[in-house]
Amino acid sequence: MRFILRRLGFFVITLWVALTVNFFVPRLMPGNPAEAMMARFRGRINPDALKALEVAFGLNTQKPLFVQYLDYLGNTLTGHFGISLTFFPQPVSTVLAQALPWTLGLVGITTVLAFVLGTGIGLIGGWRRNGIVDSVLPPVFVITSALPYFWVGLVLIMVLSLGTNGALPNDGGYDPTLNPGFNAVFIWDVVKHAILPALSILIISIGGWILTMRNNVVTTLAEDYIRMARAKGIPNHRIMINYAGRNAILPNLSGFAMSLGFVVSGSILVEFTFNYPGVGYMLLSAVNNQDYPLMQALFVLITVAVLVAVLISDFLTAWLDPRVRTAG
Amino acid sequence: MSAVAATVAGSDATTRVRPGSGVLRAVLGNKKALAGAIMLLIFLVAAIAPGLFTSIRHPDTHKFAQLLPPGSGHILGTNAFGQDIWAQLVYGTRQSLFVAVVAGALASILSIIVGVSAAYLGGLGDDLLSLLTDVFLVIPAFPLIIVIAAYAGGGSMLVVIGVLVVTGWSYGARQLRAQAMSLRNRDFLESARVRGERRSYVIVFEILPTMVSLIAANFLGAALYALLTAAGLQFIGLGNSSTDSWGTMLHWAQSNEALQTGQQWWVIAPGLCIALLGASFALLNYAFDEISNPALRPVRRRKVRK
Repeated sequence: MRFILRRLGFFVITLWVALTVNFFVPRLMPGNPAEAMMARFRGRINPDALKALEVAFGLNTQKPLFVQYLDYLGNTLTGHFGISLTFFPQPVSTVLAQALPWTLGLVGITTVLAFVLGTGIGLIGGWRRNGIVDSVLPPVFVITSALPYFWVGLVLIMVLSLGTNGALPNDGGYDPTLNPGFNAVFIWDVVKHAILPALSILIISIGGWILTMRNNVVTTLAEDYIRMARAKGIPNHRIMINYAGRNAILPNLSGFAMSLGFVVSGSILVEFTFNYPGVGYMLLSAVNNQDYPLMQALFVLITVAVLVAVLISDFLTAWLDPRVRTAG
Repeated sequence: MSAVAATVAGSDATTRVRPGSGVLRAVLGNKKALAGAIMLLIFLVAAIAPGLFTSIRHPDTHKFAQLLPPGSGHILGTNAFGQDIWAQLVYGTRQSLFVAVVAGALASILSIIVGVSAAYLGGLGDDLLSLLTDVFLVIPAFPLIIVIAAYAGGGSMLVVIGVLVVTGWSYGARQLRAQAMSLRNRDFLESARVRGERRSYVIVFEILPTMVSLIAANFLGAALYALLTAAGLQFIGLGNSSTDSWGTMLHWAQSNEALQTGQQWWVIAPGLCIALLGASFALLNYAFDEISNPALRPVRRRKVRK
């Protein structure tokens, strides 16, 4: 119980820090972009948009700073983000709702896939120390995990898209000439558009899983219970999965949480390279258009998503490993 | 302790080694480390003395005919602005390496300060510093960097390095704290305390030398992170677009639709350099892991003699 409270407390504190940073950064920057923008637009855009900016920044020059801060917190927590300037006059929450499924689908599925595949390969690699998997692959994966996300995306475009004369699309999330809906043509088109971005993320992130899992397995193999299992005559593959695998995977799970931040960063670049209409792409559009309300909301969204994932991963680890519950 | 900490408490039991002893031999003996070191050396030379690699002095302003394919006089051809790609690549090494090393070093220093202090202070100080570290660790770095860089009006070198350090120190601090904690009760520290040495002496002259290999690995990791993130920032246009670096080359290549118009080298070359430099950091890092934890070293197959 204490553990749950601690983790929730951490969640709240981190969220609060993120929101505070979001609030103060525009004000601290030279030229105070928030007020500059308000001044620039005053009289030139309609009162609704002005109001939206106010809500997004929590900027209201009549009220003292502290009250502005509380207003901002209140607005953010209830989902009032104002109106987007890029997609005017759509409210920011609508833009978010449109972009989120694309990113969740792409990044979520790819990350889980990378985790499962990577952990599996790492398990085999660590188990058979002098096998092919262990001697050849680790250096290869060390290199692939150091590759820049966007470059891998560009190379894939070159080889698999332009090279094959457009067999795999390299632009957008779906074909704009098709009718969106739950029909087979559209769904297949979505999948086709997702293959290259997903491949980029997969190639880079899988290396990390394989390496850490392999290291964990190597360390676990030295434990006494493995020797006991062998002495009992349990078949090798069962030891590998049930004894070594189950214990070696634990640090990987908590590492999963930490790596989410990196995967999110990478996915932003991948979405940019492929013009994939996800959250990351929206963030970059917002930056280019100086659409501060959208930018702030996206930052909050991404932070919340990562925090929730960390929370889930922590709880999962605690559920699987009783030692963690009392270690806090 | 959160489950997040469990990951990094891994290889903490290092024996006490004198700083520098055997490191050179270890690096030379390990194939991965050797490969990484050689690559790094090549890039260092290119950064310090670019004249060795190309005869063109000012790749940005020295314009040739546009869109030349690789051939005589231009190893990789020229881009849409008429600049020689190979020369830009060589001169760009300087900036990319500079950002990576400086940001990596600053982030490492910050990690050391926070991590070791947290371990040594214990109690409330430790709790607060750990909380700070965890918070910065979890807040997604790249979106934060984008937001800050955007507000600062596109990055000058200072802004880029600043945000890299602010977001990059937390991972190292976690690792260093874990190792410093495990060292806390060792005998040699106890003897230093009993001798009556000052705290600062104990930290600087007793604890730090023992952690040298972890600190080195940390620096490499931070430099890798700085390199990739800086390149990413420059790619989306938030870095310093006027100066010459690999990331900016990719940025201009992308905005000029280089792939679609057949200028593959404009795209491949800088990315490949980033990848190679990053790989050299990663290889050295991996090799350091193996050096400090012999269990991870590759197992040699025994040849059966008939």
